[in-house]
Formats: sequence, structure tokens, C-alpha cells
Amino acid sequence: MTKQSGAEREVGNTSLLVLSGVSKSFGPVEALRSVNLQLTRGELLGLIGHNGAGKSTLMNVLMGVVLPDSGSLSIDGMTITGDNHPSRAHALGIRCVFQELSLCPNLSATENTLMVHPSLGGFGWKKRTQKLIQDVLADIFPGNRIDVGSPIDELSIGERQMIEIARAFTESDSPAKIVILDEPTSSLDATAAEQLLQFMRRATNGGLACILITHKLNEVLNHTERIVVMKDAGVVADAPAATLSRNRLFQLMGAVAQEATAPSGAPVDGVRRIEITGQNASHALHVQAGEVIGLAGLGGHGQKETLRRIYRAARNRNDKSCVVTGEAAYVSGDRQREGVFPLWSIALNISIASIRRLAHLGFVNAAEETTLSENWRQKIGIRSSSVGQSILALSGGNRQKVLVARAFATTSEIILFDDPTRGVDIGTKRELYEQIRTAAGAGRTFLWYTTENDELFLCDRVYVFHEHNVVDVIDRADLTEGRLIRASFEG
Amino acid sequence: MNRPGSLAVTGKWLSALGVRRFGLSFVALVLILAVVFWLRPNVASYNGLRLLLNLSPVLVFTALAQMFIMTASDVDLGIGTFVGLVDCIAAGLLNDYPMPAVAMLIACPIAYALMGALIHLRQLPSIVVTLGASFVWLGLALMVLPVPGGTVPAALTALVRLRPPGVPIAIVLDAVPMLLAYIVLNKLSYGVVLRGIGGSLSAVERSGRSTLRARMTLYGLAGICGLGAGLCLAAITTTGDANVGRGLTLVSIGAVVIGGGEFVGGIVSPIGTVFGALVMQLSGSLLSFASVPPAWQYSIQGAILLAILALRIVSCRGKSA
Repeated sequence: MTKQSGAEREVGNTSLLVLSGVSKSFGPVEALRSVNLQLTRGELLGLIGHNGAGKSTLMNVLMGVVLPDSGSLSIDGMTITGDNHPSRAHALGIRCVFQELSLCPNLSATENTLMVHPSLGGFGWKKRTQKLIQDVLADIFPGNRIDVGSPIDELSIGERQMIEIARAFTESDSPAKIVILDEPTSSLDATAAEQLLQFMRRATNGGLACILITHKLNEVLNHTERIVVMKDAGVVADAPAATLSRNRLFQLMGAVAQEATAPSGAPVDGVRRIEITGQNASHALHVQAGEVIGLAGLGGHGQKETLRRIYRAARNRNDKSCVVTGEAAYVSGDRQREGVFPLWSIALNISIASIRRLAHLGFVNAAEETTLSENWRQKIGIRSSSVGQSILALSGGNRQKVLVARAFATTSEIILFDDPTRGVDIGTKRELYEQIRTAAGAGRTFLWYTTENDELFLCDRVYVFHEHNVVDVIDRADLTEGRLIRASFEG
Repeated sequence: MNRPGSLAVTGKWLSALGVRRFGLSFVALVLILAVVFWLRPNVASYNGLRLLLNLSPVLVFTALAQMFIMTASDVDLGIGTFVGLVDCIAAGLLNDYPMPAVAMLIACPIAYALMGALIHLRQLPSIVVTLGASFVWLGLALMVLPVPGGTVPAALTALVRLRPPGVPIAIVLDAVPMLLAYIVLNKLSYGVVLRGIGGSLSAVERSGRSTLRARMTLYGLAGICGLGAGLCLAAITTTGDANVGRGLTLVSIGAVVIGGGEFVGGIVSPIGTVFGALVMQLSGSLLSFASVPPAWQYSIQGAILLAILALRIVSCRGKSA
């Protein structure tokens, strides 16, 4: 599946980082598939790809947080075998700027810097460390007014990100050789972002290598020398930035022939289910009974908020600009945190949303409850011997099926999907798609937020979100991955 | 930011000490002391303070122990009975079997560190483990000393009866552990890691530091403070009693919270904790000096503490917002 990189590059003795054939799976989900990557001294590499393409896993492998299943990794001529560890990666000169910041919120910038530099400890550590981080901060973001003595949680998100970035460039006993920045500019204003990109130029001229992971294509096109594109856990392109264009990048990120799994055309009976009227009338959300509607765009651009707004509107009808007709059920893809009751049986996990219907004078009829759950266990195809088993006995995919069964077992006309197939294997996904089609045929309405573009082709209509606005509405007939990606990235 | 120079320097110095955190406990303590002195002027003397603060080192040590546990965003529901166990070993065994007793006393903090390792490695809730451990400590204490009594070694009692010039021994026994705890958490570079694990375990792990070692260190320090509390208790009361420490557990949590500590987030103040412990201790004395009928004392003491806590929570919320 993985295309080998087209451009042949010289691998001299300046090669700083060599990854060959690195693979990693989390259960049934392949996060990295035989990834090859090289980095030379003084190079500024751009790494792009859609959500879930494997960028973060790659970074965690380099950082020693995640150990690869196979493949080899060598840094500065040293082959890393077996047990890698964050402190070892640090000693080898690898520094990371994480997207979800990795600073302790109760500690100051100085103290957070000391955390990664044990050698600065001992008498007078505060002065030493403070000078170190202040100097780097001033170097990268001249004119910043950050108080390095205040606890991180008293600083703005932009200041926190600046500290996280500056900390990665600090050096004590071991020099920094490779700095990996994951979406470093996501919380920075334009000035600070520009300062950072210019600093990265300077730093790489001085011999450091940087990997810039970003969704902002202009940053990689204008500031990096080489761009690596990842898709579906593999590297699909590796070429000098000068040879690439915006359009080419869009193509590369989404250019895989889609499977023909279009649904059988859900009946539209004209019953209006959801009506969101926004400031921009052409991009308001209208959903009718029996429709399967996809919510697309990059993660965190307002899709979840829309689902939650609809869910709230279905429960109490105070939202004037969001009118929902019928009941709604919510299925979360974040099973652990907002789905599964881990100590309960499968039966109880399924019936919880229907408990009011099962109760008579405040007492739940246990037999009815079991029948309902068993019924849906069979319909959804949850692989377990009985509904009395603990939900923890199930695999991740089957747990997700329980959550879908919970929603389907209710009388709700509207099902809200919050990326429900996250971390679910392909077999289970197919079964779920089948269930969605059947339920839509029976008149249920689906609002489906997904981070996988393939799933959007199963929808009747797709709303693309960018910065909390609907920026494009695409009917299935007009849906192409290129249009999706363009709308998600450009707004 | 635009304050005049000297004020700004003082402000900086004060905020480095974490005054914003423990300021309220300090004010509360001063107020309570002022009222006590006003009601009973002769308390404001060497002997008066000596008697007033006589028992305070027990609660101060216990509160510091609780503080170390809360630094890891955990809670210790067993520290009170642990103090009782130390008290029983000191009163029941130390005089007659010094060597085994000393060995047991040394084993106590080690047991605490191991309990921290258990909580860390098995990812157990500290409330459950420490509550379970509290029964173990109580059981052991009853085995050591089935009925209250025993004999406390003379050297130990002599220590708390010392009369250093100018400052009553109780204040020394309150101040020294406070300063040591402050140095460990806020001055030593390793203190950064200790506080860090309460703030974000994953951030500390990502920076390559051992979170197990930090958790064990905090629990070990709590054990050492619990040891100090038990020895002070035995020395001051000159008896051992397995049940004596039970009430200390919740009071110690109150002391940490009054002193600016948070249940989660690795936010604690050693100085505030000691002030908080003294507030807890003295609010009782205050009411008896004020001739409040004994039947009312607990309710009123509770109301005072609730008021301080409410103020504390309101003031800290204002700052973080």
C-alpha cells in the first residue's frame, strides 16, 4: 500500500535520523505502516497529513513514548534498539513540542524547564534555569512579556505554547539535534508564528534539524525545504517543497481511490428533523427524516459543539435558531470517557438510555430490560455469549457496538454520531455502516461527525466545518476528497 | 505591574514565598491569636504560649504529612491511625525493647513509601488504599498496646519539656518541620518533580523523570512526618493510645486546605499548612477562652472553619480566573 518516496535523495554521512520500516499497531488499528524517513543535519522538514494519518504516533516513537512493533530507528548514527525512553531520546538530542501541551500547569516556566534538564539541579538551580529559558524565549519571540515565574495555568494559551516551544530549544548537558514541533502555531498569533518560523530557519542554518507538523499548508510550502505527506498510517510522498504546490498536496493527502459503498438512497419523506439557521443562510443546516448527514472538517472546528447543541435542543426547546423535531440519542467515539459504564454488564450498558420506557412506577422490569438488550445485541451483532457479561470482556469495537445499540434501542428519531468508529477495526465498521443504512431506511436521521473521509461517502450530504462555521455543503453526487480537503483546510 | 520599586521587590519576594496561597491562613491565625490575647492577656507570655501551643506540633506534623500526600493529588485517610501506631510503639515498646522498637519506627515511613509504590503501580485510588491501611495501622497499634498506657522514654518527654530561651519549644517544633518541608518542596530542585506529578503525571513522564520515585518520595516524606507526629504525641501525653489519632485525619485535611492547598493539581503550601494546623488547633481554645458553653463549641468551631474555607475558595477562584 505504501508508495515509496518518488524522489531519490542522497544519504550522506550527515544523516541525522533514519527510520526504516517502522510499524506500529494499537490493537486492530494500524497507526504506522512501514514508515521510512530520513533527516539530515540542518534540514527543516514539513510533515503533513489528515487527522489520524499517523503523524502523532510517529512523533511518539521518536520521543520514546511509544515503542514500534517493528522497524529500526537510528539517531546520529546510533541505532536505537529495544527499550527507548523519553530521557534517552532527550539525551540523544530529540526534543518535542507537543500539541496538547506537556507542561505541568501548577509549575512555572522555569520549573517546567528544570523538569527536562535534571543536570541543572542543585544549589542555585532557579537562577540558572530561569536564565536559560528566558534567553531562549527572548531569542525566539523577541519582545515577549512572559513571566517565567508564574504558574503555567495563570498564563494565556499562547504564552503556554511559546514556553513549550522555547523549552524544546533549551540545552544543558546534551545538545538538541532534532526538534519536532506538532502544530506549534495553532495557538500563536500571526506575529509570534512568524517569529517562530524565522527562528526555525536560523536554528536549522546552525545545524539543528526540525520537523514541522502542521495543518497550515502555507507554513510548510513557504518555510520548509522538504515535505513528507502521510496518509492512512503510511508515507505517500516525500519531495522537495519547491516541487510541490497546494493543489498537489491536497491531492496527495486524499488521493486514494474510494471504495464504492454508496448507500442505497435513503427515502426522504419530507419530515423536517433539524433546522439550524445561522448568520449565513446559505450554510444553515437542514436535515430531514431518513437522511444521513456527514459533518466533516479538521478535528476541533465545531463539529462536536454542533452535535451537542442539537442534543441539547432536542431535550429542551429554548434554542430559537436550532429547532429539533423528535428525540435525539448521542453516540460518542470517546468510549472510555463518555460512553461505557465500565462496571456494568452489557445489558445495563444497552438499556440505560431506555430506562424511562422500561420503568413502571419507578421500578425497572428486569425481564423486559434483558429482552430489550438481548434483542439489540443480536441485531447489532455484538460478539459475546450473553448480555450478562461485563462490558470490559468485549473488544473496543464491540464496546462501540454496545454504545450504538444503546442509541438504537431508544425511540429516538435522531442519532448523533461523534466519530463513533474511532479506533474500530474495518470489519466492525462495515457492520456498523450496514446498520446505519438499515436504520436510515426505516426513517431514522443520522448526524455523523467523522474524521475519516471514506465514511463521508456514505452520507447523503456533507457539511464541512472550518473554525466553527459551515464552509461548504456537498451533496453525495458532488463529493470528492479534493473538495473536502480543500474546504477543511482553506475554509 | 507599575508599583514603585521597593513595593514591587517586596511583592515579588512575598509571591516567591507563595503568600497569595497561604495569606488567608496567616490572617486567620493572627486574628484568632489577637482575640485570645484580648480575652486572656496573660496568654501572651512565654508560659502562656507554651501551654496554649503545647499540643500543636502533633497536628502540625500530621498536617504536613497530609500535605505531602496531597501534593501528589492524593488524599490520606489513614494518617491519624498511623500517628496512633507510632504513639503506641513509642509508649509500649521503646522503653523496654529499644532496639526492636527503633527498627519498627524506622520501618514505618518505609511502609508508607511502599504504600505509595502500590498506589502508583497498580493505579489504585489513594482514598481506598489509605483507608484500608488505616485499619492495618490501628490493628498493629492494638497489638503493640492493647490498652492505653505504657511508658514513654524519659529522653523523649524531656525534649518536649525543654525551655529554650525566648521561644517555647512547641513553636520550635512547629517551625522546624515547616521550614524543612518548605525547603524540600519549594527550594530543592527535586521538589519541582514532586510538585509536578500532582500537576500532570504525563508531563513529568514525558520529560523522562521517574514518577514512581517521586510518588514514593512523597509518601515516604509523609511517613516521616507521621513519625514525628506520633513521637510528639507520645512525648507530650506520656501515654500511648491506639485510638488517639483517629480524629487527626480529617483535621489534617482541613489544615492543608485552609493553608491554600488543593485536592488536585499539586498545589500546596508548607507554610500555609502549618498556619492552617494552628488555626484548627486554636479555634478550639478560642471558644473555651470565650466561655462558650462546651455543648456549642464544636458547632461554632465548625462554623468558623467553614467561613475560613469559604473565603479561601472564593479568594483563590478570583485569582485563577
